[in-house]
Amino acid sequence: MKFEVTLHTIDSDNSSSVNIPLADGGIKAGFPSPAQDEALDVIDLNRELVRHPEATFYARVDGNSLQNAGICDGDLVVIDKSLQARDGDFVAAFIDGEFTLKQFKLDDDGRGAWLMPANDQYAPIRVTSDNQFVVWGVLTYTIKKLCKR
Amino acid sequence: MALYGLADCNNFFVSCERVFRPDLNGKPVVVLSNNDGCVIARSNESKALGVKMGDPFFKLERFFDENGVTVFSGNYVLYGDISRRVMGLLSKYTPQLDIYSIDEAFLDFSGMGSSDKVVAHARAMVREVRQSVGIPISVGIAPTRTLAKVASRFAKKYEGYHGVCIIDTDEKRKKALQLLPVGDVFGIGRRFQKTLELYNVKTAYDFVSLSEDWVKGTFKVPGWRTYRELKGDDCIELGDLPAKQSICNSRSFAGSGETDRTKLEEAIADFTAQAVRKLRQQHSACGQLTVFAYTSRFRPDLPSDMIHCNVAFANPTADLAELTAAALRGLRSCYRDGLFAYKKAGVLLWNIVPESHVVADVFSTEGSEKRKSLMQAIDNINRKNGRNTVHMAVAPQQKGYVIKSEHRSPQYTTDIRQIIRLKVR
Repeated sequence: MKFEVTLHTIDSDNSSSVNIPLADGGIKAGFPSPAQDEALDVIDLNRELVRHPEATFYARVDGNSLQNAGICDGDLVVIDKSLQARDGDFVAAFIDGEFTLKQFKLDDDGRGAWLMPANDQYAPIRVTSDNQFVVWGVLTYTIKKLCKR
Repeated sequence: MALYGLADCNNFFVSCERVFRPDLNGKPVVVLSNNDGCVIARSNESKALGVKMGDPFFKLERFFDENGVTVFSGNYVLYGDISRRVMGLLSKYTPQLDIYSIDEAFLDFSGMGSSDKVVAHARAMVREVRQSVGIPISVGIAPTRTLAKVASRFAKKYEGYHGVCIIDTDEKRKKALQLLPVGDVFGIGRRFQKTLELYNVKTAYDFVSLSEDWVKGTFKVPGWRTYRELKGDDCIELGDLPAKQSICNSRSFAGSGETDRTKLEEAIADFTAQAVRKLRQQHSACGQLTVFAYTSRFRPDLPSDMIHCNVAFANPTADLAELTAAALRGLRSCYRDGLFAYKKAGVLLWNIVPESHVVADVFSTEGSEKRKSLMQAIDNINRKNGRNTVHMAVAPQQKGYVIKSEHRSPQYTTDIRQIIRLKVR
């Protein structure tokens, strides 16, 4: 993947603008980017955070069972539905009638799975054939508002 | 020889709802038309319960309750966005995608190698759409568009096909036509079917067994073309295919494509005008407009892009000015100056309702200044004297013009306030 960042020199003169053109041919799978010599004049977070535009969904975190993993109540998360869940991924799962967010852990023999919390007050959920259970998508980013203004 | 694929989303509106309600897989679901009037989409389980398209909701409310049928009001904004995603994925699998309705598109599969190869290619596409967007699709592949549609019906009906059915031999074609009721053929419809019944024509195969001259004499050119297409003769242009509850007008541009913004806008305005003409001819209005433009996949040397923008109208409309403005607004919101050469563009009108459901024509025809001052006057009266003191004769009769949609799901993908909530407890 080609990745180039051009930083323009920042003058002490505050009136001049600071441009960080970012050209990256590999980020949009299936949507090859415009000609590389034509750098975009803005940083587009969509291009950075969204690898598969058709498969990308957003969700809001409601609850604290993953707070030790840095995913907290109110966070915005980016979900890529095209990815197959692998051991250790954070996944959006649909279990027993609601969407939840947990860390996905496979048993050593690969036969069963656990949905792991990251908060002492919560217990892991064993995924069995009794649960109505679907891994809906894999989390790729969390977006956290830090400034409360 | 040409080879067409028709990708058709299964029970599309129901499938869109199920993306965000996986618990409803395998359960009866229906989607209601504007104003919760009647059934416009059914899951297979609802079909099995005997629910018909167009059944009025008020008559079935109790039946739905007793049979555990989950009811949704039409959430067209959601369906439009899911359609955009599906079309985006489909476009990766063909050099030429022809969007045909909100949930159907033709794909050019010509020259892609053996039948096995094409089928494997299409199955990969079915899997990707299922995994990445959550929508089940069926693909029919055949040398004509009409036969591709036939094949897609079989792909949908029989699980053994794993979503893809190809009609690539005379034997398969014959077998498929023998199994297909003639009224189910793309372009035959109920009207032709009645005539055909008189001649004991029951299946599509009976139809193609008739003499060509007789078919041409009786059904004129459209029926004759359908006849030839069923026999494997590729002779119907995309624009001449019968539309299913939507109107699409699109065109390919010459050479490597259109880059110029003005010319693209002119083309979009032209497509809109033609689509609106058809819309008015059938005394209908639409609640949704989709404008699209994409670059050629034949030209890997050129940068590629796909514009696909949905516009929703608060009240269904057949107003040319309003629809043209919306189409251009959609295009402009996505267009980036001179970066891409668009090979194909078009306008799709959907969520089509009869004209009688629409705000009276006199209020929405040419002369927007007049209309504006009229609207202003009505607003003023209503502000002084309370809502609905004055309202349009055929406007929805509810208070404050609110369209009834008591069972609408959230707009999960287009409104950040309505996105999925992940319970992390």
